[in-house]
Amino acid sequence: MTTDKQASTWSTAAKEIVSGGAFRAFLSVVLGFVVGAIFMVFSSEAFLQALTYFTARPTDALSAGWTAIADGYSALFRGSIYNYKADDIVAALRPITETLRFAGPLIAAGLGVALGFRVGLFNIGASGQILFGALAATFVSTRVSLPWGVHLVVAAVVAIAAAAAYGALVGFLKARTGAHEVIVTIMLNYVAAGLLTFAFRQDYLLLEANGGGTPKSDPPAVTAQLPTLFGDAYTLHAGFLISLVGVVIYWWLMERSTIGFRFRMVGHNLDAARTAGINVNRTFVYAMAASGAFVGIAAVNQALGATAGLTPDLDGSIGFDAITVALLGSSTGPGVLLAGLLFGAFKAGAPAMQVIGLSPEVTGVIQGFIVLFIAAPPLVRAIFRLPAPQKTTVISDWWAGLRQKGAKK
Amino acid sequence: MSATTTDSFARVDATVSYKTPIVMAAFAALVGLAFGVFGKTETVAFQWSNPEDFIHIPDFIVGSNTVGLVAGVVLLAIALVAFVQARGAHKTPLWLTLIFGLVAVVALLGWLAAGNAVPFAFILGNAVVLAVPIALGAMGGIMSERVGVVNIAIEGQLLTGAFLAAVVGSLTDNLYLGLIAAMVGAALLSMVLAAFAIVYLVDQIIVGVVLNVLVLGITNFLYSQWLSSDGQNSNFPGTFDIIPIPGLSSIPILGPALFESRLTTYLTYLIIPALWFILFKTKLGLRARAVGEHPLAADTVGINVARTRFWWVTLGGVVAGLGGAALTIGSVGAFGRGMSGGQGFIALAVVILGRWHPFSAAAAALLFGFSIILRVWANQVSPGIPTDFITMVPYVVTLIAVIGFVGRVRAPAADGQPYIKG
Repeated sequence: MTTDKQASTWSTAAKEIVSGGAFRAFLSVVLGFVVGAIFMVFSSEAFLQALTYFTARPTDALSAGWTAIADGYSALFRGSIYNYKADDIVAALRPITETLRFAGPLIAAGLGVALGFRVGLFNIGASGQILFGALAATFVSTRVSLPWGVHLVVAAVVAIAAAAAYGALVGFLKARTGAHEVIVTIMLNYVAAGLLTFAFRQDYLLLEANGGGTPKSDPPAVTAQLPTLFGDAYTLHAGFLISLVGVVIYWWLMERSTIGFRFRMVGHNLDAARTAGINVNRTFVYAMAASGAFVGIAAVNQALGATAGLTPDLDGSIGFDAITVALLGSSTGPGVLLAGLLFGAFKAGAPAMQVIGLSPEVTGVIQGFIVLFIAAPPLVRAIFRLPAPQKTTVISDWWAGLRQKGAKK
Repeated sequence: MSATTTDSFARVDATVSYKTPIVMAAFAALVGLAFGVFGKTETVAFQWSNPEDFIHIPDFIVGSNTVGLVAGVVLLAIALVAFVQARGAHKTPLWLTLIFGLVAVVALLGWLAAGNAVPFAFILGNAVVLAVPIALGAMGGIMSERVGVVNIAIEGQLLTGAFLAAVVGSLTDNLYLGLIAAMVGAALLSMVLAAFAIVYLVDQIIVGVVLNVLVLGITNFLYSQWLSSDGQNSNFPGTFDIIPIPGLSSIPILGPALFESRLTTYLTYLIIPALWFILFKTKLGLRARAVGEHPLAADTVGINVARTRFWWVTLGGVVAGLGGAALTIGSVGAFGRGMSGGQGFIALAVVILGRWHPFSAAAAALLFGFSIILRVWANQVSPGIPTDFITMVPYVVTLIAVIGFVGRVRAPAADGQPYIKG
């Protein structure tokens, strides 16, 4: 009897795992890589040529296809994790530091978007918040002179505050007028881009010294630059650490703090939250401010992690990638961290893929399919014939039991 | 005519609000002072028509600051009318707001072109061509949102349309096939959106964003891997011919601007009123709007909510795909990396700015088209002007509209709500 019961507990636990969000996220990533492989195969010249005589000698096409996939993904690995073809260990380890460098702003902005999701707000405005934060940071880092240490802290705080204020504006407009945050954030993205470009174009504002017609700022003053973490051999800077601190703060804020509880409650059920006495409108403003503050860490990464002058496209595609990061990370701190690292690796791997003649844009395809699968749980469940989400709580009970035991000790 | 339901609902809570006249008066003062009192003294020539036109109207030459002063006074008068309207608890009529905007724009043009000329036909013609993709994207958005499905994927649909039109048009050497491919491709994308939103009940905004990411990823990859190296064969479609419509094209000022254009533009002229007619004058449109406003009620009277939504969203994709084709084979020809450049998001704003109404949305699209060409032209005619602010104007206008300046914008009641048949 006991073994029977144990067995059923195990199978329930297994069912919980395979029907859970984390496992589905993992499968989505796997599927994304599979689709990416298909794109690699069909963009390989050798494969397409071998395809013309496929019926005569199918092995040619198959091996060409396999080579295309192996070449593509090993280049991605070399470019983003460990370059086993490098001459020395310093160069061999550079890719992983590049991944971390690219992941820093993605994680931070991803946290901002994720926070919005938890409150039921869709913050599409990460790009605008980064630009606005970077605008403020660049003003401090190039036009104000402060002693070493203080300068960096002031610039970073100003960037985060500016991004938070820009986010709070969205929350305020939504609370006050009922304007939909998606539209407001899209519009504010363009407004921020216009403001930044204008400021970077005027010599009395932020245009670089001896600058011409193209909008570009001075590089941040040495006292305001984020220090590199592993010396001059690597470009990885302390911005990544700030993003990590952001993950911890995010986890604490959302899982442990009272305000985080309010955020989640509003996200779960607006009317219930209102009935329970939560000021929903004020919560919108706070949530958008907090969301903007996390995005502001990305602005710190971009504006103060740079050693060259900034241009108006300093946000890159981070604003939109942040949405995919938050989706893939299912809006939890650890999830966003992992998703940010994955997409950071995609960015870091681009040059190595370019070298072997494969367009690095293939990572954009992988990224797109991953979030497509993430966004549609029924689709992934149908592909892998997974069970529907379980109502049992074997794993969380077990986890709670473990923690109680730990507490007793 | 204009969304009678919206008005009758809005009248219930109509109160005396001086927001509109106050903002108008502030604008009027700004225009009068900046372009008039402190304006430039050089003369400006308003060119109504090209010298080679059938009916030539002589240029109108006037001092730049005179234009600013006169415009300021006219704007102030309009603000006064709006004030009187507001006192009677009336909303400022839309046409008055439009005239207000038009006069302000003329003053801006006069200021920008001080010591130079304002070529009206050139500006208007280009504004129309630039507005076509935005307008068609917005029509697709209206079709989708009127039945209650939020379509954030307009950007992806424009990009799909642009890509397929250029590539299929090049490979088959037939622009009409390219046009059809664009419409079919964008419709398929719409079907994915519809299936996820209606069948799987996935959050519509998230699906839309995801589709945008997906299309951007795929087209970027195909562009850099294939089109950029094999452009002669696969990305050299050419464009539709410019066909002047006999008679109409010789109307002064408007003729050359509106009726010497390409097939995609003329299709837009047909689609906008057709959509209005179907939405507001036919049983089909009434049913669609019922589904978007109150799906339960629509279901109760026997309308198939899911099917209605599915087909309207899909057809919306056809229209948006046409808009994408207008970006390539209806304008510049070849496809460029990420060439929709956010115009799908602008279309989304246009849907709201136009209050889910085809005609108002078309006017809003024209505003955006106008602002794009204005930036280009202003850079040529008076370099050094901070054109970044001109770029921002339509976005700020949309923001002001969304936060309640042109009256509370009211979306279809069930917009974005999945309908689960009980």
